[in-house]
Amino acid sequence: MAEAFFFIAAIGAIAGAIGVIRLDSPFYSVLSLVVHLISLAALFLLLRAEFVAAAQVVVYAGAVMVLYVFVVAYVGGAEPMRRPYAPGLRGLSVVFAAVIAVELWIALLGTGLKAVDTEGAGFDPNPPEGQATFGTPEAIGDALLTKFLLPFELASLLLLVAAVGAVVLARRRRGAGIEDPSEVGVLSVVDALRPEGTGTMREAVSGLPPVEQRELEPAKPSEPEGGW
Amino acid sequence: MSIAWYLAVSALIFAIGAGGVMVKRNPLVILLCLELMLNAANLALIAFSRMHGTDDGQVFALIVMVVAACEVTVGLGIIVAMYRRRVPVDVDELRELQG
Repeated sequence: MAEAFFFIAAIGAIAGAIGVIRLDSPFYSVLSLVVHLISLAALFLLLRAEFVAAAQVVVYAGAVMVLYVFVVAYVGGAEPMRRPYAPGLRGLSVVFAAVIAVELWIALLGTGLKAVDTEGAGFDPNPPEGQATFGTPEAIGDALLTKFLLPFELASLLLLVAAVGAVVLARRRRGAGIEDPSEVGVLSVVDALRPEGTGTMREAVSGLPPVEQRELEPAKPSEPEGGW
Repeated sequence: MSIAWYLAVSALIFAIGAGGVMVKRNPLVILLCLELMLNAANLALIAFSRMHGTDDGQVFALIVMVVAACEVTVGLGIIVAMYRRRVPVDVDELRELQG
């Protein structure tokens, strides 16, 4: 029975992965990745990692993929072919990927680890008193808050940094001086250091400073507001 | 099923993702292929965790998922900023850093 489930889930995962790179529209690629992630969660369940499987479905296939779908809808899905590939480069990439696959197979399956050919360590659904069952939320939480406390806290810090970075990158810059045609299409570090009154998140939260403190700018003709 | 089967699937998915990163030119799809590679690594980690019968590999996989979420957030932010600035959303057209 486990064999049948394994092959169904593995074929689903591999087919989803191939779909991601073979489908033309990025939107269908995202949907294919969702199939891949759910199949992978089934594989995790077969490996008795129930908490990671649940987190995979909820966080990955749910939240992260919704983010992808939003951005694909915003940017537009079409992938126009502008420049032809350099001759032979694409074939070389495929050959290189195949070489990576073969190399990984040799490395992983030819390893000296005896346990690779077994079904893994023994699984005890009813462990002795005081021990959590392998892979349950209880066991993972215990490990995260005792043995792996420092990585856990660092992960939360990393999430905070990423959230701040995303806000800085994607905020609205109304009237930020990109009307100059030579600046259109240029991304620069200066974007992070915009002057007052250009629609940063801080101004959205706390409001603009009083007028006399700001440099008086000549009134510009109103332009259509960009952004979301 | 023996652990070796899971590792073989993991290696195949990793290679598919690596090939996608090399072949594709839309940064959105490249990010998706990065996800494929990270998930292949996760599968290997969880297979090894099962092999040893300890939870350490699963915690490692969870941390990898956190890092992947951060990478997606920043990457998608960059893509949205590119789109706002009318920069072509195509990695072959982005040659500014080549000097």
